[in-house]
Amino acid sequence: MSSSTLSRQTSQPRTTPSPGIKSGLSLRRRRDTLNGWAFAAPFLVFFLVFLVWPILYGFYMSLTGKSLTGANDALIGFSNYAEAFADAGMWRSLGNTLYFTVISTVPLVLVALVMAALLNIGLPAQWLWRLSYFAPFLLASTVVSLFFVWMYNPQLGLINDFLSKFGIAKVGWLNDPNVAMWSIVIATLWWTVGFNFLLYLAAMQNIPVQHYEAASLDGAGAWRQFFSITLPQLTPTTVMIVLLQILASLKVFDQIYQMTAGGPGGSTRPVVQYIFETGFTGYRLGYSAAISYIFFGLIVLVSALQFVITRRRSA
Amino acid sequence: MAITTLTRSTPATGNRQVIRQPRKKLTVGKIAAVTAAAFIAVLWLIPFAWATVTAFKSEADASASKISWVPPSGFTFDAFVNVFQAGNIPLWTWNSLYTSAAITAITLVISALIAYALSRIEFKGKKVLMVVIIAAIIVPPPVLMIPLFYQMLAFKMIDTSWAIILPQVIHPAMVFVLKKFFDQIPHELEEAAVMDGASRLRIFLQIILPLSRPILAAVAIFVFIGAWNNFLWPFISTNDDSLLTLPVGLQTIKSAYGVQYAQNMASALLAALPLIVVFLFFQRQIIKGISTTGLAGT
Repeated sequence: MSSSTLSRQTSQPRTTPSPGIKSGLSLRRRRDTLNGWAFAAPFLVFFLVFLVWPILYGFYMSLTGKSLTGANDALIGFSNYAEAFADAGMWRSLGNTLYFTVISTVPLVLVALVMAALLNIGLPAQWLWRLSYFAPFLLASTVVSLFFVWMYNPQLGLINDFLSKFGIAKVGWLNDPNVAMWSIVIATLWWTVGFNFLLYLAAMQNIPVQHYEAASLDGAGAWRQFFSITLPQLTPTTVMIVLLQILASLKVFDQIYQMTAGGPGGSTRPVVQYIFETGFTGYRLGYSAAISYIFFGLIVLVSALQFVITRRRSA
Repeated sequence: MAITTLTRSTPATGNRQVIRQPRKKLTVGKIAAVTAAAFIAVLWLIPFAWATVTAFKSEADASASKISWVPPSGFTFDAFVNVFQAGNIPLWTWNSLYTSAAITAITLVISALIAYALSRIEFKGKKVLMVVIIAAIIVPPPVLMIPLFYQMLAFKMIDTSWAIILPQVIHPAMVFVLKKFFDQIPHELEEAAVMDGASRLRIFLQIILPLSRPILAAVAIFVFIGAWNNFLWPFISTNDDSLLTLPVGLQTIKSAYGVQYAQNMASALLAALPLIVVFLFFQRQIIKGISTTGLAGT
């Protein structure tokens, strides 16, 4: 192997003499281009077939009357979009998604921060705390839903039983349209806050100790240190966590579909479920593709915001 | 306590008096912190505890209107026995395991290859490629479900494991996590190999990959957990009972068992067990993996 390599190397300058530096370079560049695309190729195949193509095809579908029954494949322009913008069901589900996003993001960030701050004080048995806060994140949505549907059970559930000891009347956690979304937020908080908690904890542990040493020499207490050192140092992390959480919350589907199926009376149905039902139970693929794209527009908007903010920070 | 404090502090400063005072103050704060942390931990463990207690009850006790942590007729394995006799959980676990493993393996291979190209090779079209892949990070999977389902129908892959696996191997964010790590590996390490005329592939396999084990593990963990717990796409792409993954299979249990609470909880616990056990063994790696990949977006 090495001998053949050697001869190849030495022979190269001879075949391409003195103007050769340039052509040798371009030869190398051509080889690099070939190599580059060869390394990229396997990913690109999947990328094109299972991501780029569905996106393009989805947009095309949204311009047709396509249905799962096969009828009416014809292009109908933007009338699906026109219909969607006039569709009260879509607006309601979009509203539900936004509502969930707002009321879930706040606790999912704040509770994660509190958890990380508590551990960062240097509690003993770190692994135990981490395990108990993070473990739910390892569960599938269906497991979480089974747990919480059972605890939320109005008659036999643990939570109403506990509340009844304080004389509080039974709450219809998943049956009361005014409460159901909050119940889902509580379950979601329990399920995924551990993820944000880990991100916060890692960021806190990266804050140089010297900052704290200097502050404590100046007589700053733990609270002062938290607000004057920890929080400001965490700002970039917080920005990222908030944005990622908003994006994750906008995609909510699993736990709602499993716990309330969007009920009661559509009060928790998120837009992803509306897309799902329009396409797979209503068989209107074209129309549901159009709603997908409206939802996509929303995500792009938030992502653009994220891009601008992170760019400004790093610039 | 005093002794451990002392020994811990002396190597750093050697001055006891200065160190002791803030330490003492902290102890009061620490008690408060432990209390708060413990309170949250108990809250966080209750769902597990209640599910476990329920799973070990008889169905009659589980659905009794008087709620008990210690059931009147004692604990029993009945629910687990019934769940195993129904026979689906092991099959679903296996389905989840091999599809998630395949997804993780394919993701790692194709992502590491392209990440190496983006990090190390100067080639025509690279900039455009990077922009396209970065842009793809924002594509939410639910937007793809309708066209992807239709496409899978056309490929005749619906109701095969391929339908579950193939669309889940594209993780643009992980490509950039890997690229960022490769960027930090000193170029000098490769230059010697380049001098020796080693091919790119050989450099990648023999120099870059061995140095990248931690990040590869991190990406693998992130992708595996995501695949293991993914619900929406496997739910859409499979109807065949024998292909269901754990999360999707559990969804069918709810309707099938109805109000058999003990069996529901036994199934849920059995579904939760594998990853929890893995976590107990690889806690450090998993936490590190999530911390390093988590901020990249999904």
